[in-house]
Amino acid sequence: MSVLVNSETKVVVQGITGSAGSFHATQCIAYGTKVVAGCTPSRGGETFAAKGPGGEAVNVPVFDTVAEAVKQTGADTSCIFVPALGAADAILEAADAGCSLIVAITEGIPVVDMIRVRRALEGRPVRLIGPNCPGIITPGACKIGIMPGHIHKAGNVGVVSRSGTLTYEAVGQLSALGLGQSTCIGIGGDPVGGLDFVDVLRLFNDDPGTNAVMMMGEIGGNAEERAAEFIKAHMKKPVAAFIAGTTAPPGKRMGHAGAIISGGKGTAKDKIAALESAGVKVAPSPAEMGVTLKSLL
Amino acid sequence: MKIHEYQGKEIFARYGIPTPKGIPAFSVDEAEAAAKKLIAETGGEVCVVKAQIHAGGRGKGGGVKVVKGATAVRAAAEKLLGMQLVTHQTGPEGQTVRRLYVEQGLDIGRELYLGLVVDREKRKVAIMASTEGGVEIEKVAEETPEKILTVHVDPVVGLAQYQARKLAYGLEIGKQSPNPKETIKQFVQTLTTLATLFEKEDCSLCEVNPLVITKSGAVIALDAKINFDDNAAARHPGWPQLMDKSEEDPVELEANEVGLNYVALEGDIGCLVNGAGLAMATMDIIQHHGGKPANFLDVGGGANKDQVEKAFRMILSSEKVKGIFVNIFGGIMRCDVIAEGVVAATKALGLKVPLVVRLEGTNVEQGKQILKQSGLRIESADSMADGAKKIVAAVQA
Repeated sequence: MSVLVNSETKVVVQGITGSAGSFHATQCIAYGTKVVAGCTPSRGGETFAAKGPGGEAVNVPVFDTVAEAVKQTGADTSCIFVPALGAADAILEAADAGCSLIVAITEGIPVVDMIRVRRALEGRPVRLIGPNCPGIITPGACKIGIMPGHIHKAGNVGVVSRSGTLTYEAVGQLSALGLGQSTCIGIGGDPVGGLDFVDVLRLFNDDPGTNAVMMMGEIGGNAEERAAEFIKAHMKKPVAAFIAGTTAPPGKRMGHAGAIISGGKGTAKDKIAALESAGVKVAPSPAEMGVTLKSLL
Repeated sequence: MKIHEYQGKEIFARYGIPTPKGIPAFSVDEAEAAAKKLIAETGGEVCVVKAQIHAGGRGKGGGVKVVKGATAVRAAAEKLLGMQLVTHQTGPEGQTVRRLYVEQGLDIGRELYLGLVVDREKRKVAIMASTEGGVEIEKVAEETPEKILTVHVDPVVGLAQYQARKLAYGLEIGKQSPNPKETIKQFVQTLTTLATLFEKEDCSLCEVNPLVITKSGAVIALDAKINFDDNAAARHPGWPQLMDKSEEDPVELEANEVGLNYVALEGDIGCLVNGAGLAMATMDIIQHHGGKPANFLDVGGGANKDQVEKAFRMILSSEKVKGIFVNIFGGIMRCDVIAEGVVAATKALGLKVPLVVRLEGTNVEQGKQILKQSGLRIESADSMADGAKKIVAAVQA
């Protein structure tokens, strides 16, 4: 079992003809993801050629609009590689076309754009992952995003994180310990995005295929504190965590737009304390994420 | 990106938000000339000479002088220009004052606080207002949070007038004003305009501390602090002209220009990492094992050889760096590209300190091969913990 995506998920890649889009669409198809359509305005009618996991040819039709792609192919999920200033528009297009899951990989979308997007998606039956995230993967079934597929292993640990490479590090440690993953979700490093920790924890809590959760947070905002409240009140499964940025200075943006300690708020110390008080086991160092999770099983 | 108060006020003026009359000055002579002009225009002798640095708390730090007459402005400018201004936001070394803003003095009745920020939890712009103007808002938030009123801006309809009125009545804006109705009207107008400005100008922070109500009841922005959302730079061609490079850390600036995220820290172990989260975690693990990171450096997911070389050169040329830890978990980032960049930079600048490299992910074997063939003295690590322990030991040896 898994959450949100599985071997049946049909994906349309927005920005499939761009350099990032074509590279990663190729990787996703090689992993076995059902990429059924691509979308690039004014490139409709072209075919995107790639190879499946067995080396077989996969020809993906490219459409001018997501609506047409959905109509023709039945795509239910969009993966967005559109450049930053057009990405908010791309998210809205995917939602209007009826995609129930939108995975926005794009980094650098202005925050006022994302505020409008969130308002536009309010109350609609659509979930947004990201932006500025590695995407989502259900090992062995479906990879939508930019994570290296080979480090993952199918299993029962749900993984959720605000960071990309730190997730790979955690997944690498879990897989090395023989602990496979049900689904791994990168929720992204921006101040305003789609699913947050609480949304994903709720999904994992309800998923019979997930036995435990590994979460990676970082400085900035209070998403980890809210996650701690949810865990305390509702979580039936053990949770291990790591919070990056114990050594980060205040007032400096640490790479991610959302990773900043402002006005003394959003420190790693506060987040770790909140999680520990909710019964979460927090790894003392990023090298011990895997073993910390294992100790809970 | 941060801009100066006088630049923020130019933007305010463009939107019709009332500010005192003022003129920026880059020298003592310019300051005196500005004062003469202001006094002639306004008929008032009182001038305020304000140091322009990218940090708050200038008043308390001695960076704002209220004086009478052009000669006194000149004397104040002489004191301020070139001084190291220390405030609660600058750090102990302070910031050199290179620009001044000479402004007309006002008959201040009340000082209020206004701040617009992105509320990450509500996913909207929040407007905070408080009667406690002119002081550190962080302190007010901590000690008397009930004195801060907040409303959220709906991105579709903008700030509704009733929301602005709610703040106006909540803060008793009309109190002490000879014409309360007019004062409230001006306050509502200023607030709704600021909400529009925040969105249109792609701000990440907009603070007016203080917003004053003069004794005659006029609402005037006595301060303007604007930070822009760097992500929106591409749609604001005017931003580069507003940037004051002397206010930025030169190394961070250099990094930004080549598309790298770099933050200087206090320690002596240089780090080169791909990905922001892993870069932070690398700093943390160095400290966990008893060392101190010299920097945060995220080369990103798609860096090329030149960027990696540039990044590595920045670390190598820092005098405080006594050891370097390269920690790569290549997802998109290819290990061979990292290795090529590291070797190229080291060949150009030489390697005088210990270097520990941990490579994992795409093309890891090729990367290791390149490092090996370079003949450089590089210690390789099997894991993040192994690498951190090795570099800490090497630096402390």
